[in-house]
Amino acid sequence: MTGVDAAFNWTVPQDVPLDPSVAPPGTRNFRDAGGLPADRWRADQTKQTLVPTHCCFCGVQCGMYLRVDEHGKVFGVEPRNHDINRSRLCPKGLNAYQQVNHPDRLTAPLIRRSRDEEFREASWEEALDFTVAEIRRIQAEYGRDAFGMLGGASLFSEKTYLVGKFARVALKTRHVDYNGRLCMVSAAGANKLAFGIDRAGNPFRDILQTDCLLIAGSNVGECFPVMTQYLWGARDRGATLVVVDPRETAIARTADVHVALRSGTDSAFFNAVLHMVIKEGLVDEEFVAAHTTGWEEVQATVASYTPERAAEICGIPAEQVVQVARMFGGAEKAMAWHARGIEHHTQGVENCLSVINLCAATGQLGRPGAGYGTITGQGNGQGGREHGQKSDMLPGGRSIADPAARAFISEFWGIQESELPQAGTSMMEMVWQMQREEIRGLLGVCNNPFVSLPHYATVKDGYDRLQFHAQFDFFLSETAANAHVVFPVTTWAEDEGVMANAEARVVKHNKAQEPPPGVRTDTWVMCELAKRLGEGDKFAFPGAREVFDELRAASRGSVNDYYGITYERLDQTGGIAWPCPELDHPGTPRLFEGGKTYHADGKVHLQVVEWHPPADAFDEAYPMRLTTGRTVAHYLSGNQTRRLGALVEQTPRPWVEVHPSHGFRTGDPVRVVTRRGSEVFPALVTEAIRPDHVFVPYHWPVPTAANALTIDALDPRSKIPEYKVCACRIERAQHVDEVPAPPTPPGRPAYPEAQASRTTTRPPSSPQGRGTGEGS
Amino acid sequence: MMGRTLFIDPGRCIGCQACVSGCRECDSHRGKSMIHLDYPDEGHSVASLPTVCMHCEDPVAPCAEVCPADAILISPDGVVHEADPTRCIGCSNCVNACPFGVPKIDLEAKLQLKCNLCYDRTELGLAPMCATVCPTGALFYGTLEELQAERPGVSVSSWFEFGDTSISTGVGMIVPWDRGERPVPGGLPLVAINGRDVGGSSAASGGLPGGGAA
Repeated sequence: MTGVDAAFNWTVPQDVPLDPSVAPPGTRNFRDAGGLPADRWRADQTKQTLVPTHCCFCGVQCGMYLRVDEHGKVFGVEPRNHDINRSRLCPKGLNAYQQVNHPDRLTAPLIRRSRDEEFREASWEEALDFTVAEIRRIQAEYGRDAFGMLGGASLFSEKTYLVGKFARVALKTRHVDYNGRLCMVSAAGANKLAFGIDRAGNPFRDILQTDCLLIAGSNVGECFPVMTQYLWGARDRGATLVVVDPRETAIARTADVHVALRSGTDSAFFNAVLHMVIKEGLVDEEFVAAHTTGWEEVQATVASYTPERAAEICGIPAEQVVQVARMFGGAEKAMAWHARGIEHHTQGVENCLSVINLCAATGQLGRPGAGYGTITGQGNGQGGREHGQKSDMLPGGRSIADPAARAFISEFWGIQESELPQAGTSMMEMVWQMQREEIRGLLGVCNNPFVSLPHYATVKDGYDRLQFHAQFDFFLSETAANAHVVFPVTTWAEDEGVMANAEARVVKHNKAQEPPPGVRTDTWVMCELAKRLGEGDKFAFPGAREVFDELRAASRGSVNDYYGITYERLDQTGGIAWPCPELDHPGTPRLFEGGKTYHADGKVHLQVVEWHPPADAFDEAYPMRLTTGRTVAHYLSGNQTRRLGALVEQTPRPWVEVHPSHGFRTGDPVRVVTRRGSEVFPALVTEAIRPDHVFVPYHWPVPTAANALTIDALDPRSKIPEYKVCACRIERAQHVDEVPAPPTPPGRPAYPEAQASRTTTRPPSSPQGRGTGEGS
Repeated sequence: MMGRTLFIDPGRCIGCQACVSGCRECDSHRGKSMIHLDYPDEGHSVASLPTVCMHCEDPVAPCAEVCPADAILISPDGVVHEADPTRCIGCSNCVNACPFGVPKIDLEAKLQLKCNLCYDRTELGLAPMCATVCPTGALFYGTLEELQAERPGVSVSSWFEFGDTSISTGVGMIVPWDRGERPVPGGLPLVAINGRDVGGSSAASGGLPGGGAA
C-alpha cells in the first residue's frame, strides 16, 4: 500500500480539445471546480482536495471529483466536466461517495467453520490460512475442478485480469466465471459472431449526429440516466426517437414511436422491420454487397415475418412495424442501441443479431451518427469481459480453446500449456454443479448471486451444499452472509485502476483515500492466497499499476489490444478506446469505418434468426408475463445502494407494476406467482405497462426478491438467464412482504439512519421513486 | 426573468431526482434538499416535475413581503435568498405566502430553508448544483439566448396564473411551442381564507396569493 501523500499524487487532467458540435449540449459553458485555485475553492473547508475519478456504478462511467478533507477522508462529491458526462451525474453517482466511510463497512475478516455458527472476526493470517487449507483439502479430495471462482464486472480491469489468472494459475481450476454472465454475454456473443469484435461500434458522441435513434430494451432514463443528454442532443437537432419496451419508460414517454411489444418477442419484431425495409426498397444494396455475408439466407428468413405476423406475436399494431422500418430505413444516419431488455432471453444472442441485421442491411454502421451499440450495465461491464475471468476466455478477449492463444498465454504466465485448464462452465451452470456437488468449494469476488441470479431456491441450495465458500466484499452481502470466510476489501475510492465504459473507452479511477484499518485491496488478497498456494512468484504485484502493465502486455496483438494504453496517457486524455496497439496510437472510438469488421474477410457476418417463444410456457394457471429490471435509485443487487440513506428514501422497497384493468388499487397487496415461487408486493397501478405484463424491480433480497420468481433458463449460446420474461399470475393478498435489513456482521445493526423508510408497505408513486413530498 | 437563471423543462425530466441528491450536497444546507420533485401524472405515466424557487419578480417575492423579521433578502441580480438565520424566527409566513409551495421550515431549528440559486457556487463562477448534474437538461442554467441557441424553437414563459393573480418570475418555464402568449396555470385559485369564501376573486390577492405549503 502506498502512503497518504502518494494517494494524492494524481496528475491534473489536461483540457481535451473537443469539437463543440460533438459534445452534448447544456453544460458547455459551465466552469469545472477542478480548475479553481485551491484557496478559492470552498475557503470554509481547509485543505480540501478534489480527486478526479469516475463513478463506481453503471457503464456510462461519468467523471466526478471526490472531495477529500484535510484528514484524507472522502466526504463529498463535486461534478467534473469530463467529456463523457459533461458534469452530469445521476442520484446513484451523487450518493456513491457515502459508501466509502459508511458505518456498515467490513473492517476485519469474518470466519466460521460451519454455517450453524455465528461469524467471528479473525486476523488476516487466520482467514488466509484457513481458506488455503480448505482449497487444498477440497482439491486433494475431489480434484482441482471441484473448487470454483466467480468474479464480477464492478471490479477494475486489473482485478478482473487477476481473477482469471488466479483461477487458472493458482487454483488451476477450469471453473471460473463472473457476473457479466448475467449482463453482457448475449451482446458479446452476437458482436463476436457478426463483427469479430465485442464492443459497441460507436462512441456516445455519435448519437448527437444521428437522424434516427432506435433504443431497444433499455430504460435509459433510469439505468443510464446521464446518457439521456445525448438522446436529447440528437432530438434537438431533429432526430426521431424509437423506443422498443413493454413499459412506457421516461424516454418512451416522449419518443416519436413507442413500440410496446410483449417481452420475449423482439426478434419477431426486428425481423418484421427488416422485412418491411426490404419491401420498401430501403436496403443499402451497395453496403450489403460489399460488406456482408449471409444476406441471401437472412432475406429468405425474414420473408415470412410480415407486419401482420409480427403484430400477432408482439401484440402491437402492424402499422408500427411499417412506421419504424420507414423511419430507420429512410434516415440518412440511423443508430441502434440496445441493452438487457432484448438480451436477457433464451434467444438473447439472436435478438441482438436481429438488430445487427437491420443496421447492416441499411448500411448504418461505422459513420458519425450511424452505427450500433450495446449499453453495458455494470461499471466495467465492457472491461470485465475482456481479460480472462470469463469461463471460455483468456486475456485480450482470446478464446481458451484456441491453441495459439493457449500457447501464447501459457508462455506469458510461465506455465506449461498442458497445465492451463480448458473452458469451464457459466455462472448459472456452476450453481447447478454445486447442487450436484461437482463443485465443493468457491471463491466469490464482487458479486451477490443470492439477489442477482434467477430462481433463488436453486441458488441457495447450490451455495448451501458448498463445503467451503469465501467471499470478498466491502459490505456484507446476502451471499457473503452465507459464506464461511468473508474478506473485507476496498471500495473503488481506495485503490486505483481502469474500467472500460459502454463505448469501450478505458478510463482511470484514482485513489482518493486510504482504506479503513483492517481493509485490504482485492489484489493484495489474491496475491497473498497465491503465495500460500505456492504460486507467489507469478503474483508478485505491489499494486494495480504493475497488474495493468502485465494486462497490457498480455493483451498485445489481440483484438482487445490495450498495449498502447498507460495510466499516464489516461490521465492526459480522459480516456482511450481500445484497440490501442501502440503508445502513440490515438485509440479507436469508432469501429467499422468503411464497413470493415474484425473478421478475417472484413465483413459483417449476417446471421439467420428465427423467433421462438420464451422458455416458460404460458397457460391458464400462468397467463401473464413477469418482466424485471432496475429502478434509478438502486444498482444491481442493492448491496451498495440499499445502505445509502438518500437512495433508500427515494425508493425504499420493490413493488409490482400492474395495469389498471386488473382491478387493483395502488398500494394493494398483490401476490405474484410463478412456477418457482410467490411473493407479495404493493401494487403500483399504472397505464404505463401492458395489461398482459407485470414488472418487479430486482434489487432486493428474499422475501422481496424478483429473482425468487424468475426462471433459470439459459440462452444456449451465451448462457444468459431469461430474466426478462417468465410466466406468472397475480392474486389479491393480505399483507405485503417486508424488505429485510441489509446483512451486517454480528452485533452491528445496519446503519439505522439509512434504513428509516425501508419497512414502508407503500409502493413509490412512480417507478423512479417517491416524490419528495412523500417521505417518512 | 433574470439574466442568468434556471429554466425548467418538465418534458425532458426523467424523474431521476439527481437534482434532489445534488441539492443535498451543497455546503450551505448539506443533507437537505431544497428541490421538490413530483410525479404529477401518477397512475397514467412516469411524468415528473422538479420545482425550484422561482425567484418571483412581480409582485416581488411574496415570501419576502410577508416576512415579519425582514429576513429574506433580494439581491440586485434578482435572487431571492434564503432567510437570514440570524433574523428568521421560523414563523412559516413565507411558506404560506409562496404560491409555488417552495420554502421549507426546519421545525427543530426554527429556520426557513430555500433555494438561493447556489450563491456559494455562482460566486465562484460555477453553475448551480441541480442544473450542473441534471442528466437531461430538464434544469438548464444560463441566459435565455444560450437556451435558444441550444434548443432551436424553444418557447419559454415566466408568467404564472393562480386564479386572478398572476406572477412573473425570475426563473423560466419551458412550455409547449404552440401554446402562445398565455400565462402558465400555476395552481388552484384561492377559494377561501379563514373560512370566508372568496370565490377565486382578485380581492384575495395582494400579499396572500394562494398555493400549497411545503
